[in-house]
Amino acid sequence: MSSVRLPRSPKVLVGVGIVAFFAILTVIGPWLAPDNPSATNFLPNLGPSGSHWLGTTALGQDIFSQLLDGARATMIVAIVAGVVATVLSVIVGVAAGYLGGKTDDGLSLLSNVFLAIPGLPLLIVIDSYLPASGRSNSFAIGLIISLTGWAWGARVLRAQTMSLRNRDFVEAARIIGESRRRIMLFEIAPNLLPVLASSFLFTTLYSIGAYVTLAYVGLTSTAVWNWGTMMYWAQANNAPLAGQWYWFVPPGICIALIGTGLALLNFGIDEFINPRLRAAGLSGKVRRASGLPRRPRLGYTPVARRSPGRVVVTPARPTPSSTNVGA
Amino acid sequence: MRVLGRRLSLYVVTAWVAITVNFLLPHLMPGNPVQNLIGKVTGQITPQQVRSIELLFGVGLHQGLWSQYVGYWHQLFLGNLGVSITLSTPVSSVLASAVPWTVGLIGVSTILSFILGTFAGALLGWFRGSRLDSVIPVATFFQAAPYFFLGTVVLLLFGSDLHWFPVLGAYSQSVTPGWHWDFVFSLLRYGELPVITIVLSSVAGWMLGMRNMMITMIAEDFVLMAVAKGLPRRKVIAHAARNAVLPSVANLSLAIGLVVSGALLVELVFNYPGVGNLLLQAVLNEDYPLIQGIFLVITMTVLAANLLADVLYFILDPRTRTEAAV
Repeated sequence: MSSVRLPRSPKVLVGVGIVAFFAILTVIGPWLAPDNPSATNFLPNLGPSGSHWLGTTALGQDIFSQLLDGARATMIVAIVAGVVATVLSVIVGVAAGYLGGKTDDGLSLLSNVFLAIPGLPLLIVIDSYLPASGRSNSFAIGLIISLTGWAWGARVLRAQTMSLRNRDFVEAARIIGESRRRIMLFEIAPNLLPVLASSFLFTTLYSIGAYVTLAYVGLTSTAVWNWGTMMYWAQANNAPLAGQWYWFVPPGICIALIGTGLALLNFGIDEFINPRLRAAGLSGKVRRASGLPRRPRLGYTPVARRSPGRVVVTPARPTPSSTNVGA
Repeated sequence: MRVLGRRLSLYVVTAWVAITVNFLLPHLMPGNPVQNLIGKVTGQITPQQVRSIELLFGVGLHQGLWSQYVGYWHQLFLGNLGVSITLSTPVSSVLASAVPWTVGLIGVSTILSFILGTFAGALLGWFRGSRLDSVIPVATFFQAAPYFFLGTVVLLLFGSDLHWFPVLGAYSQSVTPGWHWDFVFSLLRYGELPVITIVLSSVAGWMLGMRNMMITMIAEDFVLMAVAKGLPRRKVIAHAARNAVLPSVANLSLAIGLVVSGALLVELVFNYPGVGNLLLQAVLNEDYPLIQGIFLVITMTVLAANLLADVLYFILDPRTRTEAAV
């Protein structure tokens, strides 16, 4: 696992494309916005037209500008929450898995407790006690979301660490006399990378959902433009019922799209970890080109190997060792 | 039994954490919110309401934090959750009328979604690499869309525009609630769209998990053996699926919390008289005693559902009865 390369399946390519698109939008979205998203300069309730691609709000604000501008706040909260939650889950998960014993018992209990408490109600309760200054602070909101979102990653990382702990190379490092911290950081951590990446994507996905939901309910500052606040104002003005789909639907589609992109990337990581899924994810074109049967056959796990320029697929009988992968 | 005992003690600890958090949060709140809240009460304020607010925030009590905490537990055991500020009724009776709606709605949707997703996932796993695979990105899209967004779109499309389903509320205003056919029929009709929304949003998770396990399972020797001895395909699929479903069942208790979180908002969209709708109303009105009571009830219900899911797993997988692994 020295080089982490995602399988080049169509799913992964589409996922990378979507995520890259929204990443760019996060950076340049507010500059691209043709108008100030808060300025009430225009006639209210205009339909989509050449000058207002998505029409205007009941207050006469340009909806397309709000959509572009809102990308940044939405993504920043999601990324802050994703990063903090991932760091927390690494600290708790790796320590629990590697140290074992009493430490493991305590840390596992902690993450299991956080897994069992339903996240959104807890978020809503904490948020309802925040003063107004806290609600408009994207970083504060991101931190609170990360508090409810780290436990899943910790659990997965703990399991992976436990399976790595007794491998020969870790044993060897221990015999050489490397320090515990060095073993955790330089021997075990790099091998956790795929699991770590997958848990980061999952947490970011969760954070987008949580943030947008809080905003939609009106628990974040309604003056900060994000896709949730847009839907909050649309709902508050009865836009969906009035047939103003161009106000309510675009932010929802954006959220669903970025979520789909992150999930597709996650499939790629799953396929990287589990070779059987990789074989199942191959497109018909690759199958034909490499002489595999169109329908996958029982008892065969084709192994996809990358030679310079093209994907080589060789049908292979599962050997006793490969049957244990992912089982 | 040891495994179940360990899970049970986990849920007891979780319940304790939730209750303690619930107690501490109002005490950590800066400023003096009591006067502010009393100002919000519409109409006559009763002494019980003032007392309830003072207890909640620990203001004007001349007691240490610890004895307040003990008092909080005492009130909990008496089933006293305080008095709602806006509704002027005890929180426990407000909750008693809302909880059955939510448990019914989310319970039915979760079971439906699990069964549908597992069957679809088993088929997707077996026919991997075929055209059926194109279902995956579509299902992922529905899963990634927020529940409330999907709910609103479904409501407008099938409820308001096409008039296929009745919308808003849990039953028709023209029938009186009670155990007779008209009411039950109305209940089922009004429940259709919320259930469809929750199933649409949550089915992809089960489907994809099952598909991946199925693909891993198919390469096992026992499946090859089943084919080799000439079992019909239907039986082979069932054989593999029964083994592949175990991780899904093990994940059931994890997923319940996520589904509940999303479904609370579906209630808001469809104006369903459940706990989710109540919670969001309470948040808008800053009705803290009600918010606290709702959070407790949601957490306890989710924990009970988790325990049920664990018992189910315990029954299905004989290995859990001997091994200590959770």
